[in-house]
Amino acid sequence: MASQKEVLIDPIFNNNPIALQVLGICSALAVTINMATTLVMCLAVIFVCTMSNLAVSLVRNRVPTNIRIIVQMTIISSLVIVVDQVLQAVAYDISKSLSVFVGLIITNCIVMGRAEAFAMQNGPWLSALDGFGNALGYSVILIGVALVREPLGSGTLLGYEIIPTVANGGWYVPNGLLLLAPSAFFIIGLFIWAIRAWKTDQVEEPEYEIAPNGQYKEAI
Amino acid sequence: MAKVDKDSLANTFLIAVFLCLVCSIVVSSLSVSLKPMQQLNKELDQKKNILRAAGMLPADQNVSEDGRSIEELFAEFTVRAVDLRTGEYVDDVDVTNYDPIRAASDAAISVALTPQEDIATLRRRENVSLVYLKATPSGIEKVVLPVRGYGLWGTLYGYLALDGDLNTIAGLGFYQHKETPGLGGEVDNSKWKASWQGVRLFNDMGQPQVRLVKQRSVASNPVADYEVDALSGATFTTKGVENMVNYWTGDGGFGAYLKRLRSNALAQG
Repeated sequence: MASQKEVLIDPIFNNNPIALQVLGICSALAVTINMATTLVMCLAVIFVCTMSNLAVSLVRNRVPTNIRIIVQMTIISSLVIVVDQVLQAVAYDISKSLSVFVGLIITNCIVMGRAEAFAMQNGPWLSALDGFGNALGYSVILIGVALVREPLGSGTLLGYEIIPTVANGGWYVPNGLLLLAPSAFFIIGLFIWAIRAWKTDQVEEPEYEIAPNGQYKEAI
Repeated sequence: MAKVDKDSLANTFLIAVFLCLVCSIVVSSLSVSLKPMQQLNKELDQKKNILRAAGMLPADQNVSEDGRSIEELFAEFTVRAVDLRTGEYVDDVDVTNYDPIRAASDAAISVALTPQEDIATLRRRENVSLVYLKATPSGIEKVVLPVRGYGLWGTLYGYLALDGDLNTIAGLGFYQHKETPGLGGEVDNSKWKASWQGVRLFNDMGQPQVRLVKQRSVASNPVADYEVDALSGATFTTKGVENMVNYWTGDGGFGAYLKRLRSNALAQG
C-alpha cells in the first residue's frame, strides 16, 4: 500500500501526468495563453479530479464491471457541468475565455485515467489524495507553460505589463508563435527534457537498437 | 446482509438508474439555482460591450472614469427596435428579449441576401434589429448599432457607435470573434480601436466609404477622413471589418434608419 505522502507528491514530478504519462496535452495547449485562464483551469481540474476520484472510489464495490466506464463518465461529466455552471455564474469573463475547454475536462485523460487506474482499486481518502496530486502535477506544468507564454507572447503576466511591448511604446516585439498552440508543444517538450535530465530514471529505454553494421565477407 | 452480486442484471440496472437520478438532480438543481446569476452576467456583459464601443467605459474596468457603474451609465440609453427595410421604429417588439442574431436565422422574419448585397458574408439578415440611443434634449448624442461580419475564421460580433452627427464613428468594439490571437485578434487592441474615433462614414452621395488602408493618406487629402490603419498580418480580418462597417451603415443595414434620423434632425434644427 502506497503511503499518503507518496500518493500526493509523486504525481508532481516523479510521475507527472503530463510530463511522464503525456496525458491531458490538449487543454495544456489551449488555455495557457494567459495566466488567469490557466489558474482557473487548474482549479477546475483539481476540483473535478479530486471529487471524481472520491466518488468513484466510494461506489467502486457496487458498480458492475461492465458498466464501470459509463459510471465514471457520468460522474465526471456531472462534476464538469457543475464547474461550468458555477464559473458562468461567478466568473463570467473567464468562463467566456475558457469557452469549450471547461466542458472538455470531461475528456481529459488524466481525470478518467486516475478514476479507472487508481480510484477503482483504492479507498476514498487515498483516491481523493491521488486525484488532488495528479491535478497538482497537471497544474504545475500548465502554470509553467503559461509563465513562458504570457510574458513572451504578450508582454504581460496576469494582465499586468512586465515587458513593455512595441505596440504600447516599449521595446519588446512580442513573439507571435507563443500565442499559437504549437508553442506549448515546444515548451512542454523542453519541460520533459529538463525533468528527465534531473530524474534520469524517467528516461525510456529505446524500443529497439540499431545493430552495428555487419562486416561483408568477400566471396571466396 | 447477503453479499450482492454486483454483476447481476438487476444490480446493473439498479446502479444505472440510481446514478442517473443522483447526477441529474445535482446538475439540474444547480443549473436552475444559478440561472438568474448567469442571466444577469450575460446582460451585464452586453451592456459593458455597448458602453465600451461608445467610449463611455474604459477597457478592463467596470466603472467609468467618474466612478459611475455600468447600470447607471447604461440607463442613459434607450433601446429601440428598428425595421431595417424602412428605417422606422417598431413598437411591437419586446426589446429586452429580442435577439437580432437569432432572428436572422428565422426565415419568417429575415431575408436571404444575394452575393452582391452580402459584402459582409452574413447569408441572412434580420428584418428588425436593435439600436441603442443616447439622447439629450437637444438631440441625439450617440447611437450604438449591433454589427457583425465575417473575418478570417468566423463571424465577428460587435457594436459600432456613432456620434450625434450620425456621420462620425465614436467607437467600435467586438464581443465575440475567432480571429488569430496576435494577428487578426488585434481587433481587440485598445490602441487600434481608438483609431476608429472620428473616422467619417458617408461620402457626399450618402454612401459609407470607410477604408482600412496600409498607409493613411496625407491629412489634407479628403479621403484621409474615411481611412483607418489596417492591422498588419491580418488582411482577411481587416477586409472583413471594413465590409462589416460599410454593410451595416449602408442601405443593406441601418442606412435607411440613419438617413431618417438625419433628416429628422435637420427638420428640427
